[in-house]
Amino acid sequence: MEDVERVAELAHLELKPEETPAMLRDLNAILDYVAQLNELDTTGVTPLAQVSELGSGLGSELQEGAGVSVLRADLPVPSLDRAAVMPQAPETDGAFFKVPKVIER
Amino acid sequence: MDSEDKPAENYVEKPKTLAELRAGIVAGTTKATELAASYYERIEKKNPRLNVYLCLTKERALEQAAKVDDAVAKGDPLGVLAGIPVGIKDVLVMRGAPATAGSKILQGYRPPYDATAVSRLEAAGAVLLGKLNCDEFAMGSSTENSAYGPVRNPIDTERVPGGSSGGSAAAVAANLAVATLGSDTGGSIRQPASFCGVVGVLPTYGRVSRYGLIAYASSLDRVGPFAANVRDAATMLSVIAGHDPQDATSSPAPVPDYAAESDKPVKGLRIGVPAEYFAEGLDPEVRVAIEAGIAALKAAGCAIKPVALPNTRYAVPVYYLIATAEASANLARFDGVRYGPRSKDSATLADMYRHSREEGFGAEVKRRILLGTYALSAGYYDAYYLKAQQVRRLLAEEYLRAFAEVDAIVTPTAPTAAFKLGEKTGDPLAMYLADIYTVTASLAGICGVTVPCGATKAGLPVGMQVLAAHLNEAAAFRVARAVEAAGRI
Repeated sequence: MEDVERVAELAHLELKPEETPAMLRDLNAILDYVAQLNELDTTGVTPLAQVSELGSGLGSELQEGAGVSVLRADLPVPSLDRAAVMPQAPETDGAFFKVPKVIER
Repeated sequence: MDSEDKPAENYVEKPKTLAELRAGIVAGTTKATELAASYYERIEKKNPRLNVYLCLTKERALEQAAKVDDAVAKGDPLGVLAGIPVGIKDVLVMRGAPATAGSKILQGYRPPYDATAVSRLEAAGAVLLGKLNCDEFAMGSSTENSAYGPVRNPIDTERVPGGSSGGSAAAVAANLAVATLGSDTGGSIRQPASFCGVVGVLPTYGRVSRYGLIAYASSLDRVGPFAANVRDAATMLSVIAGHDPQDATSSPAPVPDYAAESDKPVKGLRIGVPAEYFAEGLDPEVRVAIEAGIAALKAAGCAIKPVALPNTRYAVPVYYLIATAEASANLARFDGVRYGPRSKDSATLADMYRHSREEGFGAEVKRRILLGTYALSAGYYDAYYLKAQQVRRLLAEEYLRAFAEVDAIVTPTAPTAAFKLGEKTGDPLAMYLADIYTVTASLAGICGVTVPCGATKAGLPVGMQVLAAHLNEAAAFRVARAVEAAGRI
């Protein structure tokens, strides 16, 4: 129970007291299920974080050796217009996002 | 649940083919504006029960349709999708249209830009009807995790359409769009295509730009099309595929004319059948339907060969560790600062984050964020996340070895046909097992097509999953066409 609360804190989530028991039960069931991976000996297997290394033509920017360079030129280009982006936020002064105070007094 | 005396309303209707519709538009006998209006009329009638569309983008659609009609009148060249009404899963952004990702946490957000796949469709002349319902942040296998209510399966409205792209699949099955876009992270295009009796495409990882796709698990997420037939799905893919400077993982490989590729005969193709996908847990009626599809491929001149994928049973655990770990990082951005609602009355920034997320996220999203955070946390990282990545490599290598021997691999898409609404909502693990045949291809980055392949005795569709090697969509389309052709006889 302490564990699920600690993880919730790490994830910036707050579980309602009535949510916690069911969440704990479900997470334990899932963790029991995924524990079957321990049956497999993976000594010496390099972890695979993404698939671009598996074939040529995959993951353009990581495949420069494949004869095609698709890295874009390192030049500044405009991003989204601030005037279009800022109105989507709950609270801004037009240039910055406003948030509640960060430091407690 | 549905006990009115009047006869059950029929929601199923097959859209006309792209070729048929386009011919009418080119000839001027079909006006794009009238076609769009007729779709909106049908949506008005059928959507209240099916809950497929979350919002309609009428103004933009009718403007685009008028442009197509103008071009026809002037004799200007027309795009391949000129005037074709399509729908967009609400995890892809459309400029100015509400984007929810099926979540309350994005309520009111109107993104100021278009996803690349969306702008490519429009550049090809497509008329974008609106945004389609889905599981919250594409997390789910039934579309019951949408904060805006579940989608109903047009074939049997007491059943789920599959998920997470349930709205995209159901829209095509009910002819509320000619074709749609979805996203697939662990099966979210293929499984709903199977449940709704339509064609769904999982493109190779990097084949279609992810720019403008609200991220779930970035190393797995794909954008892909749904259509009523294989050739139209192939045409859709040719339009949206290709390198995009906005997505560093998008592939520079040239984009074939997939529709033309799909026309090629299958005689002589080598088709792999993995015994692991026909083991315990597979519904006997689904098995019979898929075996009949395999027999049809044999009759069409394919060589059917057994292939071994012995680590398949580990794919669901690997998927749910990797996907949730990536999700826990991706969904950190939803915190009440830049978009969506902010929780009221929080004294500090940390409280505001927590309260906004508590109020905005549904149970399944919280479950996955917690699981992913746990798998990445100090002391558990090696045992869970790193271990899953190691097994991910073993799974991918198994596929690569198999594709040295065969051109395509065929399997059931899901262990069962569409299940009942509410049947699995109380048991997250049971819901995860609905993805047992789809997650491995997601982890390996390979491509696939789900194509209708018979039905159960109750008339529920069964979909065959046709998998092919990285960037070999052409082979998957060819095989899917042959399965489709056999089904028509």
